[in-house]
This record gives sequence, C-alpha cells and structure tokens, in this order.
Amino acid sequence: MQAEVKSNDQEVKHAQFSEFVSFTVAGQAFCLKITQIREIRRWSPVTILPHAPSDVLGVMNLRGAVIPIYDLSARFGLETTEASERNVVIVVSSDGKPVGLLAESVSEIISIDPEEIQETPPVDSRNTMEYIQGIISHDETMVRIINLDAVISVPEQVL
Amino acid sequence: MAGSIQDTFFEECEELLEATDEGLSAIEGGNHDPEVVNAVFRAVHSIKGGAGAFGLDELVAFAHRFETVFDEVRSNRMELDEPLIQLLLRSCDHLYNLVAVARDGGETDQAHHDMLIEALDKYIPEEEEDLTFEPMGLGGPIDIGAIDIPQVPTEETYQIHFRPLKDMYSTGNEPFFLFQALQEMGPLDIVLDDSELPGFDSLDPEESYLSWNLTLTTSEPRSTVEAVFEFVEGLCELSIVGAGDADADAAALAALDAAFGTAPVDLTPAAEPTAMVEETATPPFEQPAPVPTPEAQLEASGAKSSAPKAESTKSEQRGPNPTLRVDLERVDRLINAVGELIINHSMLAQQIANLDVADVRDVETELEGFKNLARDIQEGVMSIRAQPVKPLFQRMARIVREASSATSKTCKLVTEGENTEVDKTVIERLADPLTHILRNAVDHGIETPENRESANKNRIGEIRLTASHRSGSVCIEVKDDGAGVNRPRVKQIAIDKGLIPENAELTDSEIDNLLFLPGFSTAKEVSNLSGRGVGMDVVKNAVTGLGGRINITSTPGKGSTFTIILPLTLAVMDGMVVSVADQTMVVPITSIVETMRGNDDMINNLGADGTLLSIRGSFVPICDVAGALGLRKEDNDRPPGVYLLVETETGQRSALAVDDIHDQRQVVIKSLDGVCGEIAGVAAATILGDGKIAMILDPESILAASPTTAGAFDTERRMSNAS
Repeated sequence: MQAEVKSNDQEVKHAQFSEFVSFTVAGQAFCLKITQIREIRRWSPVTILPHAPSDVLGVMNLRGAVIPIYDLSARFGLETTEASERNVVIVVSSDGKPVGLLAESVSEIISIDPEEIQETPPVDSRNTMEYIQGIISHDETMVRIINLDAVISVPEQVL
Repeated sequence: MAGSIQDTFFEECEELLEATDEGLSAIEGGNHDPEVVNAVFRAVHSIKGGAGAFGLDELVAFAHRFETVFDEVRSNRMELDEPLIQLLLRSCDHLYNLVAVARDGGETDQAHHDMLIEALDKYIPEEEEDLTFEPMGLGGPIDIGAIDIPQVPTEETYQIHFRPLKDMYSTGNEPFFLFQALQEMGPLDIVLDDSELPGFDSLDPEESYLSWNLTLTTSEPRSTVEAVFEFVEGLCELSIVGAGDADADAAALAALDAAFGTAPVDLTPAAEPTAMVEETATPPFEQPAPVPTPEAQLEASGAKSSAPKAESTKSEQRGPNPTLRVDLERVDRLINAVGELIINHSMLAQQIANLDVADVRDVETELEGFKNLARDIQEGVMSIRAQPVKPLFQRMARIVREASSATSKTCKLVTEGENTEVDKTVIERLADPLTHILRNAVDHGIETPENRESANKNRIGEIRLTASHRSGSVCIEVKDDGAGVNRPRVKQIAIDKGLIPENAELTDSEIDNLLFLPGFSTAKEVSNLSGRGVGMDVVKNAVTGLGGRINITSTPGKGSTFTIILPLTLAVMDGMVVSVADQTMVVPITSIVETMRGNDDMINNLGADGTLLSIRGSFVPICDVAGALGLRKEDNDRPPGVYLLVETETGQRSALAVDDIHDQRQVVIKSLDGVCGEIAGVAAATILGDGKIAMILDPESILAASPTTAGAFDTERRMSNAS
C-alpha cells in the first residue's frame, strides 16, 4: 500500500519535469521544449526571398511544403551566421505551419524541473530579452529558454 | 444532424434553381417543349417539398404560387406570353432570394415579395386561390408509362401495402398527401397498422413504425396508381396488387396476404411454392399483422417496382450525365499529391541524369512514360475542378434583370460560350467582379430607352457576356452597346478627386483605365446599384488576385468592352526557368512576348541610369531583374545577358534582363501565403526538379519596383501616390 503511494509520488514528480533540447546560437546556449520541435535537419542552401529582412534567410522545401528559415542569431541581435553544412535547422511548428530556425549546433536533451526556471534578470539587451522567457542553470552553464511564439510571430509583421 | 440535412437541401436548392432558371431562359428563347416546361415544374415542386420539410413557410407559399401558375401553363390552360415569362423569371429570381434568406438569415424585400405574389395570384384560377397543397404525385408530372400501357376502362380493386421508411419522412414526404391523391381516383379504404409501435419508453421519434393497408377501387390504370408513389420510391416498402393480376403474381400476393393476415385460401396456389408461403402465412392467424419475411417481401416489392424503375431510367437518360458529389477538399488533396508526383518525377530525372552510368536510355524511356502518365493524371484531376461557367452566367442574367428594373432601363444579357470550363475557385471568385461590371454596364453603360431611341439604337440595350479559351488562358468578355466611356467627364472627375494632375496628358486608353483607380466613381448621385465608392478597383484587384488581367476598350456612342484574361488553373502554369544573381527563378510564359540574347550594340544609354534595348528599330526600357529584387549589390556590373521582352496590361513593352534562360516547363504553384508577406516582384514559389524552391516572378510588379523602368509607369505611380 505504502509502496504504491510512493511510486505515485514519484510519477507526479517525474511528470513535472519537461524535456528540452539545448543548442548553441552564436556561442550562447539556448533551449526549446522538445514538444515544440518537429525535426532537426542539416543545413542546406535556401532560396533567397527578395527584399527580406536580414534575419530571414529564405525558404526551404520541406517535403513539398515551402517553409521560411530564420537566422536565430540575427533575430537575437547577435552577429549573422555564415551558414555551413555543420549548422542545423530546427523545424518548429507555429499554428501547424512549419518554420525553420538556423542554429549553430544541437547539444543535448535536458530534463528541467519547472521550479528551477529563473526569471530573466533585466539586462540592457532588448533584442534578446523579448525572445527569452526564462533561464536555467545546467551543468554550471546558463541555458536560455526561447519564447517560441515571440520568435516566429514577429517576422511576419516585419515583412 | 438536422443541420446536415438542411445543408443538403440548400445545395439541392441551388441546383434546382439553376435548372429552373435554365428552363425559363429556354422558354424565353422560344423553346416551349413540354419537357422543358415539366423540368421547371419538377424543380420548383422539389424546392417546395424540401422547404416544407424544414418549415420554411414563406418559401413554401411562394413556391406554391409559382408552381400553381406554372401548372396552368403545363396543362396548356394558360398561354405563355411575354409578360408572364418575365413575371416567372422575376419570381425565379425571388426564389433565389428567399432561399438565400432561409439559408443565411436576413430580410426579404417585403414590398417586392408582395408585389410578385399579387402578380402571380392574378394568374391563378379562382378555385385554386386558397393554399391547398396539392399532393405531389397527382397526375404524375412525367407520365411516360401511361401512354404505353393500354387503358383499362373497367374498375379494378388494388390492395396496397405501404410502409414508409424513416428516410421518407426526413425528405419531407407526407403519407397523407399520397392517400389524398389515391382517394381522388376512387373509393379508398385505409387501415392503419400500428402493431410495430413500441412502448412510449423505447419510442424513437425519428423512426418509422407505422404502415398502412389500403384498398382502392378505381378505373385509373395501374401506372397512375404507381405514379402516386413515384416520389417516395425507394423510401418505403410498397406493394400494389390488383385483384385481376393475382394469378400472375401469386407469390407476391401470398406474401402480401401473409402480411395482411387475411390470406384467402382459394387464391393461394397449391403448387410447391406454398410450402414457403404457408410457413410464413401460418403465424398471422395467431398474431395479427406481423412483418412479412424479407424474401417474400423482396419478391413482392421487386416485382412491383420494376415498372416505375424502367420509367426512372428512361427519364435519367434524358437528364444530365450522372454526377458524383465530392468534397472539394478531397480533390484538392489529390491535386497537391499529383503536383508532388510531377516534382518527384523531375527530381528523379535529374538524379538519373547525374548518375555516372553509361547507358541510361532504357530508364529514360520508362521515365518519359512515367512523366506522360503523371501529366494525364494531373489533367484528369484538374478537370475535376474545372466547371462550366454556365451557372455563373445564369446568375449574371439575374443581376442584369435586377439592375435593369432598379434603373428602369431595358437590357438583355446574351451569353456565349457557357460551356467553357474554368477552375472552380476562379468561378467562385469571379462572381463578385462580374456582378460589379454588369451592374456598371447597366447603370452607366446602357442609356435610357428614350436616349437610345434618339441615338437610333434598339430600345433594348444588349450586354454580351462571352467566355472562351484563348491559348492557355480563359477570356471573359463583357460587351455593352451603350454610350461608351465619357472620357472628358472621367478625366475631369479624376482631376477633381486629385487622382491625376490637372495638366496630365493622357491617351484614350489611359483615360479608360482611370476607371480602375481606387476611389473612382462617376455616378453623380449614389444610386441603389453602383456608385458606393467601391467599384472598378475592387474588380481589378479581384482579377489580379486570380493571376489575371483586365482591360477596357471603349468607343464613344458604341459601347464598352471589358476583357478579363485568366489563367486556366491556379495550381499549375507554364514558366520559363531563368537564373538571376545565382538564383533560379521562373517567369510566367503568358507575360513573355519574346526572348533574345543581347549584345552591347543593342544597349543604348539614356540619361544617367536609363538604358534602352533596341529591337528591330524600336527602343524598349531595360529592367534589371536582380536590381529590382535587391539581389545585386553593385548596379554597374550588369552582365551582357538575356532579355525577356514583356508586355504590360497597358501595352507598354519592357525588356527584363536576366543572366540566363535554362528551360521552359510546367511548374506547380506554391503559394507564399503564410510563409511571408507580400514581396514586390514575386507572385509565388515553385519547387524545381532538384528539390530547390524557385520564386515565380510577377513582371508587372518588377517593372513597377525597378527604378530604371518606373518612369514608364509614371502616370500610374503618380495616381497611386495621390490616392
């Protein structure tokens, strides 16, 4: 009887953990909830969209669908990425529409207890602040949790 | 549930109304074939029947009047003269409105409604004045069988077993009316069988539990009796057995009698079939009115329904080809899949070409076959979406009628090429712009009858609506024989509204095209019809939104012609694959007049930035596509490239400079909606054989965006800047 209660407790505790995929963008560590990610692809050259802002790299063919690719680094106000084969495109989904995000490389999957997520302390870096919903300490490094809605909703207004 | 049935009803209503409209138009055109008249009658009758089932009283009442008047015509008791035809046409228009109101809510124009009812009532004979709903089968609107079957003058008694299925009620049929129709043929004895009725607890209000046993004595032939049930065929279990043909159909009768529980012993044949029949016949004596065994029942109804079935196949043959109602989404999924198939084919072809294999000829032959099959499938699937413009044109006839009566002008619409097939989406999205153009034609184009007479024209204005296929595109033309564009006035209005500068020098065609500017409306007073300030610019936007173009030509005193050119389909187009600043792009073939390789001798500078290309003695401005798209950093290192000569709506020619031309091929259009906002110069995207995405360019907007050729569009830009 007691054992059961205990295992229930564990389950509840375990369910509170969510899994995040961490990756680097311009040398900084970021992460996204694993459920937000549809797939991760190796970078291949994209088709340039004329008159597009600098953080919109272009469009890519994802199994017959045309999806836009954003440069996360440029979006965060960091230097623009010179994309190469070593880089990855993280395909996320916004309202069922896939969007690709260029990142330097993917690191690992980490389990995060929501209670460990800290609010972003105010710093004088507006561009980045908008897109970060919190930070977390993992293996003694700081991982920034991306606010996906903010990242993918903005460019459509810009264009 | 109720919603979906109602949706089906409204869908059917559309078709029935179209049939009515078509029939009436044929009658108006002098075709008084009884079959046409009957078709209209049947259509209106079906609308009434359906509307009755949903309690749409206003619609029922109006359809009933329409039907009653039309019945007089049908039975040759009333002559179909011009005023009556016009009244019927207007009534048909009103039926459309009533259906629309019933479906979408809103208000009917009560005055108009009452006026029409009053007018219709004048044609209704005295005794029909009150609203008695005639039973549907009465007399049988298509009584083909009756002619063939020899008339039997003697009276006969029929035993009719009638058990409606629940579908019969859900389609709005009412047994009472059927019985009423039977009663008019002779003495009728009706016995209700409610033995299947369950207890109140288990009663399903939508289920059918009741059946009737009827005994009818009549001198009418059997076919007339059967005709009463024509409309409920398949919706009920029915057997009609005459006393005279008992021998001929003994088994059926026995089965029937088994059901009745009144099997007369002497009529049951003593031969071997009795074994089966008697088995089923025995229980009835213990238990009143059980359900007949399925076999016997089948036999009975099968034998009896063969006659009406033959009739219905006959009438089907005369009707349109059998059709299938399919959800549009399914077709679109198929179209997408076929698009992928074609892309997949070209990817495969490219992969094979890249292979380092000596002999790939066999594979290439097979691949060619694959390509042809894929094209076949694609054409087949696209043709599912293609529909004749006929229903659209019929709606337009209504628009013209309404517009004419609102402006007290007399116009007729002549349509041509109604069977031209166009993509369904195009048809749907063409309805609004066409409505606008036609209303404008009636309101502004056609003169009043008096003015027309003094101008030596027929009092009746003519608007000609034509659809035709023209080299890979669809051409829709609206031509009126009115006064034409009043150019001085149009120009003055444009100046007054600040749309063009006062000293603008414009050609006639430029003045005509001012009509398409936003916010341009020439109506002095805001009439009911047009002149709400939205107008031809909306039309133009709708047409360009479909990838089409619109033109106006006009001759003062003779009339105006609007020409709409549309792509055949919205999913595939022929394009020229070019490269621009290391990017592969596609230019729609329809906009390209000519392609040529240029050399330095052909390029002439004009001013600091302008360059002109000389082609056989004439000079056209050059537009660097890479520069217009912002893809080339330095303006001066234009390579001696290839030029695509394009022509704009207004007839302006320009040369688009690209780096190279690769191929001409069919491409599948992929919308960029939702991927990014509108990009100047880009219409859509497509996926090429190598899996890469290529932009499909829009030459018009490239020219407008380019600094070097924008001068040619000066007028247009000035206009749009001012507005």
